Amino acid sequence: MRLFETTRRAVMAAAMGAAIWGFAAPAGAQTTEKPFITVASTTSTEQSGLFKHLLPQFTEKTGIEVRVVAVGTGQALKIGERGDADVVFVHARSAEEDFVAKGFGVGRSDVMYNDFVLVGPKSDPAGVKGSRDAVKALQAIAGKKAPFVSRGDDSGTHKAELDLWKLAALDPKAGGNWYRETGSGMGPALNTAAGMDAYILADRGTWLSFKNRGDLAILVEGDDRLFNQYGIILVNPARHAHVKEKEARAFIDWVISPEGQAAIASYRIEGEQLFFPNASKKGA
Amino acid sequence: MQGFDEALAAAWRLIVTGDTALVEIAALSLKVSLTAVFCAALIGLPLGAALALARFPGRGAVIVVINALMGLPPVVAGLLVYLLLSRAGPLGPYGLLFTPTAMVIAQTLLVTPIIAALTRQVVADLWTEYSEQLTSLGAGRLRAVPTLLWDARFSLVTAILAGLGRAMAEVGAILVVGGNIDGVTRTMTTAIALETSKGDLPLALGLGIVLLVIVLVINAAAHLFGATARRAAG
Amino acid sequence: MHARATILPLTLDRLTYARGGETLIDGISATIGPSSRTVVLGPNGAGKSLLLRLCHGLIAPTNGAVRWAGADAFGRQDVARRQAMVFQRPVLLRRSALANITYALSLQGRLGRSERPARARDALASVGLAHVAERPARVLSGGEQQRLAIARAAALKPDVLFLDEPTASLDPGACRAIEDAIRAIDAAGTKIIMTTHDLGQARRLADEVLFLCRGRLMEHTPAGEFFERPRTPQAAAFLRGDIVG
Repeated sequence: MRLFETTRRAVMAAAMGAAIWGFAAPAGAQTTEKPFITVASTTSTEQSGLFKHLLPQFTEKTGIEVRVVAVGTGQALKIGERGDADVVFVHARSAEEDFVAKGFGVGRSDVMYNDFVLVGPKSDPAGVKGSRDAVKALQAIAGKKAPFVSRGDDSGTHKAELDLWKLAALDPKAGGNWYRETGSGMGPALNTAAGMDAYILADRGTWLSFKNRGDLAILVEGDDRLFNQYGIILVNPARHAHVKEKEARAFIDWVISPEGQAAIASYRIEGEQLFFPNASKKGA
Repeated sequence: MQGFDEALAAAWRLIVTGDTALVEIAALSLKVSLTAVFCAALIGLPLGAALALARFPGRGAVIVVINALMGLPPVVAGLLVYLLLSRAGPLGPYGLLFTPTAMVIAQTLLVTPIIAALTRQVVADLWTEYSEQLTSLGAGRLRAVPTLLWDARFSLVTAILAGLGRAMAEVGAILVVGGNIDGVTRTMTTAIALETSKGDLPLALGLGIVLLVIVLVINAAAHLFGATARRAAG
Repeated sequence: MHARATILPLTLDRLTYARGGETLIDGISATIGPSSRTVVLGPNGAGKSLLLRLCHGLIAPTNGAVRWAGADAFGRQDVARRQAMVFQRPVLLRRSALANITYALSLQGRLGRSERPARARDALASVGLAHVAERPARVLSGGEQQRLAIARAAALKPDVLFLDEPTASLDPGACRAIEDAIRAIDAAGTKIIMTTHDLGQARRLADEVLFLCRGRLMEHTPAGEFFERPRTPQAAAFLRGDIVG
């Protein structure tokens, strides 16, 4: 057990060193420093710049700081499940409902939606440009065995992509190596697609703020099935007593209030609106 | 290399404008990594020296394990610390996850094996030279540890710099346990990872250049200081 | 002169040391008294250095025993602290000349912290190194390093001082300084047991000689007698400068 002992000592020493260097004392520190909550959310919301636009408005109004941990939807839900965040803000409806049903979270609310777009090389070997039918487009890509990059990371976007393949009645993994799972976030997957001139399903927000587009362009958009709903959930305080319920509820209430919804609607990149608030349609 | 020009320009812009976000991020990077290396040295130096001198059953196995841990993937270190600090984990009640302290712990875990393994080698070599003399003077193995560490100090600076290099460069561990929270746990490397995934490759590379410059300055300072001290101490 | 209690005499009782199936020290028995300077002589590979290390307790004998004042002493701290040894290639610590000596004094633990610097300075002065007290030990010349090593050992005021080839690879001037230092230490009451390959030095310093050949003790005689009338053909050949094996 020497190794364990060493690890334990390492942790103690590290914590002690941290305290000396003047890192905020973690436990019981809320009384002295600005109150904050931790939100587990997705890379798409963070990287689109929405939070940078949204959070300062909330913090200014309430004095509550919001710390965002941006990961894939699957991981964000896991963080919430373990009680490491106060609020989960993601986009994978059925997984969210499952999360609530299992008692990990309470009171899921719809917040907003954006949409997915099918991005691909301008040369468009599968000839899908201008179509409004995402499913047909995927069938065409599979038919040509044109390179397609998948997130492959159990994120909301990945789940949406898999649903589309199901609608297309295709198993992309069966048909050779044109279908490539990168197991990475939206940005890295887009970098890969740009490097390979591949097709990829992306959320519009990340695509609009993405800079390394190479030869890629939006080819298919506007299909109802590309609709991407975001929901917000309070991590169950009955399961995790340390959840800052009051502050977390204040955040959720603000996000779905007319003021928060207006703030979401006002976020634009190059004049284009990224997210469309729809909190009135209360979910589960 | 058009991308490279842009990266250099971005790095230059970041440095000359003294971008406050950059200064904050760089300061946090330094603070976290230096603290971690300090803690790792506190553990690794005596541990390495003890392993060099002590004789006990299983010593060989411990040395092999520590040498192997030099190759511990940062993400794995991050996951271990994550599970330890998570609210559902054994140290959950302290609420350390997604704080700079968590990053210090993860990096300490990464750096300690490097410092311990290199220290063991340096001290073992020195011990072959010193053992008879120190034994003759009446220093037992325990008493020899601080003496050997002190006399090996110039070589050990290299071990510590190797540890610092690992800490400053890694992203996998602090990304998992820090969460890359803007203004709280965002460091140079997690910012680079973020900008890369946003496709802003020039800015990412620019940040990388800034990081390289910081590491270079630290190493140059250590080198100059070491050279001066070595001249003074013979 | 030898007023205080001493751990001498040193008694070697059928002392044997073997390594890798080879017997390097072969059943040496001898008694070495408190007065006089003892010089261990012998051809290369005779086991001179090994004998000193066994006597000093740095290595454990395979067979037989090393006794101090009649008691088997291997591993005994109280006996070890009353001995010192100067190695052929002295190991000086990376600190000042003075600190090298105060370090040894602190390990010995006989003097309080405040008394150590004065003792160390005295020791440095006695070997003519007072002016380099603050200088890093590692930048001193070879001869100065060896004198510092001797000063460090002498500062401990041991009952016995072992010296293993203390002047090997030093120039004549440096050798003379070291021989002077050895005489001064002897005069101050420390028993000297040393090896040398320099017959001139042996003639100058030895009161008695232990002559070793192939790990065996061939002669243990007063110096005058050894140099005038060696009893064994090996010793005679050695003194003539023949190769003895």
